[in-house]
Amino acid sequence: MAEPDIDLRAQVVVVGAGPAGLAAAHAAAAAGLDVLLLDAAPQAGGQIWRARQGAAAAPVADALVRLAAAGARVLAGLRVTMVLPRRVLLVDGPQGARRIHWERLVLATGARERLLPLPGWTLPGVFGAGGLQALVKGGWPIRGKRVLVAGTGPLLLAAAATLRAEGAQLVGLAEEAGHASLARFAGTLARHPRKALQALRLGAALRGAPVLRGWRLEAIEGAACVERAVLVGEGGHRRALACDAVAAGWGLVPQTELAQALGCALVQRFGAAAIAVDAAQRSSVTGVFAAGECTGIAGVQAARLQGAIAGNAAATELGAAGVDASGLRTRLAREHAFAAAVAATFPMPRDWAARLRDDTLVCRCEDVPWSALRGQPDLRAAKLATRCGMGHCQGRLCHDTLAAVMHWSLLPQRAPLTPMPLATLLAALDDPPDTPTNEELPT
Amino acid sequence: MTTASCTVTVDGRALDVRPGTLVAAAVELAAPGRGARVSPGGTRRQPLCGMGVCGECRVTVDGRPHRLGCQVTCMPGMEIRTDG
Repeated sequence: MAEPDIDLRAQVVVVGAGPAGLAAAHAAAAAGLDVLLLDAAPQAGGQIWRARQGAAAAPVADALVRLAAAGARVLAGLRVTMVLPRRVLLVDGPQGARRIHWERLVLATGARERLLPLPGWTLPGVFGAGGLQALVKGGWPIRGKRVLVAGTGPLLLAAAATLRAEGAQLVGLAEEAGHASLARFAGTLARHPRKALQALRLGAALRGAPVLRGWRLEAIEGAACVERAVLVGEGGHRRALACDAVAAGWGLVPQTELAQALGCALVQRFGAAAIAVDAAQRSSVTGVFAAGECTGIAGVQAARLQGAIAGNAAATELGAAGVDASGLRTRLAREHAFAAAVAATFPMPRDWAARLRDDTLVCRCEDVPWSALRGQPDLRAAKLATRCGMGHCQGRLCHDTLAAVMHWSLLPQRAPLTPMPLATLLAALDDPPDTPTNEELPT
Repeated sequence: MTTASCTVTVDGRALDVRPGTLVAAAVELAAPGRGARVSPGGTRRQPLCGMGVCGECRVTVDGRPHRLGCQVTCMPGMEIRTDG
């Protein structure tokens, strides 16, 4: 018999406590349903509302108070590791395994940074842009360090502003998008006053920082750690910048692993594969909803709107009265128009293979160089021959890159979704309470 | 906001950190630039993604191996071990 508390049940289970998940949990709880909200991180908030040294961001503190008042449970530090039959998720956390039983499931699994392989990217001192921002909020020492922020997308501005506010010396902010496409984007911004205001605020926070438009990161150099970064301009000219750290990212990609394990269909949206949803945020699988960045990179406002729509729709399916969501959908359409412009302005760079050298490690987990991968016929063969994607990250970093660079199709999602202790796996098999006993089985 | 500190050990060495500090940050504060993980090819690594994806911050926490340093907050008395 399993430990009594290994099984947790809720009418609506929400995976991911970022803006979308918090909104979904609140909408469902406000409709009178029993709600359980899970997150892998030690605190709720997701990536954008990340706590700074334990102090929750204001919107998260507010949301948690409202959730508690509505009777929702919030569990942090739990990672979903497997999809079990009969609407059960296996999760792993500091206290071991739990089986989460759901009637309606809302996926709010968010996005991760697109981190691309480059010569020198395994040197200590190379981080994702949002990655370093997150680490610094968790106490990573950055004061006085010379930092280059590089790549593409609006996140670079936010990361640079945080790093500067924490005392880093910005030696450059290199945005790959060129002057022409940035000028077009400025036209779009003018039609979205709220976004324009955000851009102005970030611009003020970055006043005086050397911004390099149309410059791409080509390589990072140093003996034992980062010493300099090599940038290439729109005209092909090069420059090296001395620095102690490089914070680089090329936009965001939806996290769809759990959705794929559940069998949800994906669709190409705003430049990346995302969970396909209808106007009520229903996925292609009955009972499973999705909201926020995992359904397409569209920002925090879209995530909150989608979360509210999804939580409300999930509650309605379980018989709650619900609210009219048409106003939310109108606002969402406007956010999506802006997301399309962002995706067009800051795409994944083309011809990434040109930046790879023979000895560039494409798979960081297993140290697999580009030379071992580029002659392979497909991703499965590459994985079998080189162990590429068989390490801790399970291909989350290298498989997307290889799929884009080599035009390979991605492999189907396999369990477990993340590495877990054997004891957690055994918990999945350990006498689930709803297993029919011998007497109940047909003879 | 509290100013109380929190003492952990990193590879046996005591370290005071601010409450709310990530284990990954404590490892960096204990030995700047050294990193937590040694790759199969023998090179030292520091965290890359900062959000529980890349696994470069893996450490042993209170005897439990392969914990993600960027997803675990320091608690008083916590014992953190790196790859060496």
